Amino acid sequence: MSTATLTPAPVRPAVAGGADQRIGLRSTFRHIGALTRRNLMRIKADPESMFDAVLMPIIFTVLFVYVFGGAISGDQDSYKQYMIPGLLGQTGITLAMAVGTGLNSDFQTGVMDRFRTLPIGRSAVLVSKIVAETCRALLSFTILIVFALILGFEVKTGPLELLAAVGLSLLFGMSMVWISMLLGMALRSAQAVQGVAMLVIMPLQFGSSIFAPTDSMPGWLQSFTDYNPLSALADACRNLLNGGPLTHSVLIVVGWSVGVTAIFAPLAVARFRKRT
Amino acid sequence: MTRIASPRNDRAPATAGNAVEVRGIVKHYGQTKALDGVDLTVRQGTVLGVLGPNGAGKTTLVRVLSTLIKPDAGTAFVDGYDVVRQPKQLRRTIGLTGQYASVDEMLSGYENLYLIGRLLDLSRKDARARATELLERFSLTEAAKRTAKTYSGGMRRRLDLAASMMGRPKILYLDEPTTGLDPRTRNEVWDEVQRMVSEGATVLLTTQYMEEAEQLASELTVIDRGKVIASGGVAELKAQVGGRTLQVRPTRPAELPEMARCLRENGITTATFSTDTELLSVPISGEDELTAVVGVLGTRGFGIAGIDTKVPSLDEVFLTITGKPAPADAVPTLAKEPVA
Repeated sequence: MSTATLTPAPVRPAVAGGADQRIGLRSTFRHIGALTRRNLMRIKADPESMFDAVLMPIIFTVLFVYVFGGAISGDQDSYKQYMIPGLLGQTGITLAMAVGTGLNSDFQTGVMDRFRTLPIGRSAVLVSKIVAETCRALLSFTILIVFALILGFEVKTGPLELLAAVGLSLLFGMSMVWISMLLGMALRSAQAVQGVAMLVIMPLQFGSSIFAPTDSMPGWLQSFTDYNPLSALADACRNLLNGGPLTHSVLIVVGWSVGVTAIFAPLAVARFRKRT
Repeated sequence: MTRIASPRNDRAPATAGNAVEVRGIVKHYGQTKALDGVDLTVRQGTVLGVLGPNGAGKTTLVRVLSTLIKPDAGTAFVDGYDVVRQPKQLRRTIGLTGQYASVDEMLSGYENLYLIGRLLDLSRKDARARATELLERFSLTEAAKRTAKTYSGGMRRRLDLAASMMGRPKILYLDEPTTGLDPRTRNEVWDEVQRMVSEGATVLLTTQYMEEAEQLASELTVIDRGKVIASGGVAELKAQVGGRTLQVRPTRPAELPEMARCLRENGITTATFSTDTELLSVPISGEDELTAVVGVLGTRGFGIAGIDTKVPSLDEVFLTITGKPAPADAVPTLAKEPVA
């Protein structure tokens, strides 16, 4: 508690660090911890919200490997090796989407107003959201990898490359967090955020090399897929897990992540500061 | 900006004993002036009722005082802290219960309180203890582990109150704490608020109901369209707008003139009656007068079919103060309260 007393004191003792007391680093970590716990408990209280993290990797794998795999790659085994790394690459994006919808619902329900009447830094709210969603994404990765291994997917390189692929996916996902935040603050409802995000993600997902090689696509589409960062992400993950040249695709993914972050992070943070 | 500069880091230039001091606060939303130069003061340990219809600016005022929005002009000090320059210190001294600053529906009652305790920098142990204590106090112990979305309206409001008290705030803002609650639940909330006040809390309460203001507040400020239109002690304002009226419905309406005469003989000279409504009306200012009237009528053997006390509605208050009715769509109908 502050040094305030109940009896009116004419002069309040000077506070270190300017007119307003700064939140210390230890306090900030405590706040982030408490809010992360809250975000994880929300997931626990609403298990349906885990469906996309848990079931999507399984459904996508089964659907594509067994329904389209034979037709695309000639046989399912080589398609597994082709598609699963791509799926792994795009998993980080689900993390980004959830940050936007979560932020939106906190604003809508008034929970954010409650937080804002408490002596905490506004960054704690955001960081804790990202930490919790990263936990969810990690679960999603684990499920996808375990399921893929059960189906006979082979990591031809090694565990380090597997971790690198997960890291790359998370890196790209983190850059998408800022766009998701902007959507979360601009749109009226969490459903709207989800709808718009799907609208953006679907063409990016399927207009990429995640599910099928782009060579058979018409030229106009190729000119899109070739510049689609998800193609580079899928290629990078594929080469990380199957072995292959890395520099080009990894650089493109890192470049996109840095570029998107450089443009959208300041915008999102400015808007967040204005609203909070 | 017309904010008056005050020395950096200084405690309020506040008058002794004032927990909240608001001077000339203005807040615009586009062309609309939500607050148009509001002045008010809440003295330490008292309850100020801010009374006004929907859209009067009550919620905007509370949002300014809890640092959720910045005023366009004017100054406001809470516990000596400037709402604009010292928001973080100020937040440690306040608790807010409103329709908007809400608890997390997906968390249990206990987890909600524990979270707030941790955000207020309580240790794990203290946060646990305080959460348990408040759940007990607000009769939520049995529901402690259930998610808040399963709570009834009254339980939600009690959890809101508990949440606003986690940090033992010196000043509590209650923004329309009983709007939308049924009478029984409303009484529960009133009891709790009265208990907090008896324990020394300073409260700023906004309400649309004259009756609520009368129950809880010692002083009143009436606002309309962002402006203070009246303020003073509850008794003072009641004298201005008229207090409660006792209405007696006799078993035999023919006896009305005689009932009034009989009351006059016993020193109750203000009784009037209407043969149209078949009601005897007596303005009363306290329980003693009520008891006296009923006592006199009873001992003289008049048959009483029904008794009501009527509190002036917000509309009547407005009519008296401003000479014009409160804005349409803004007047709640909570005027009658049965006594018998």
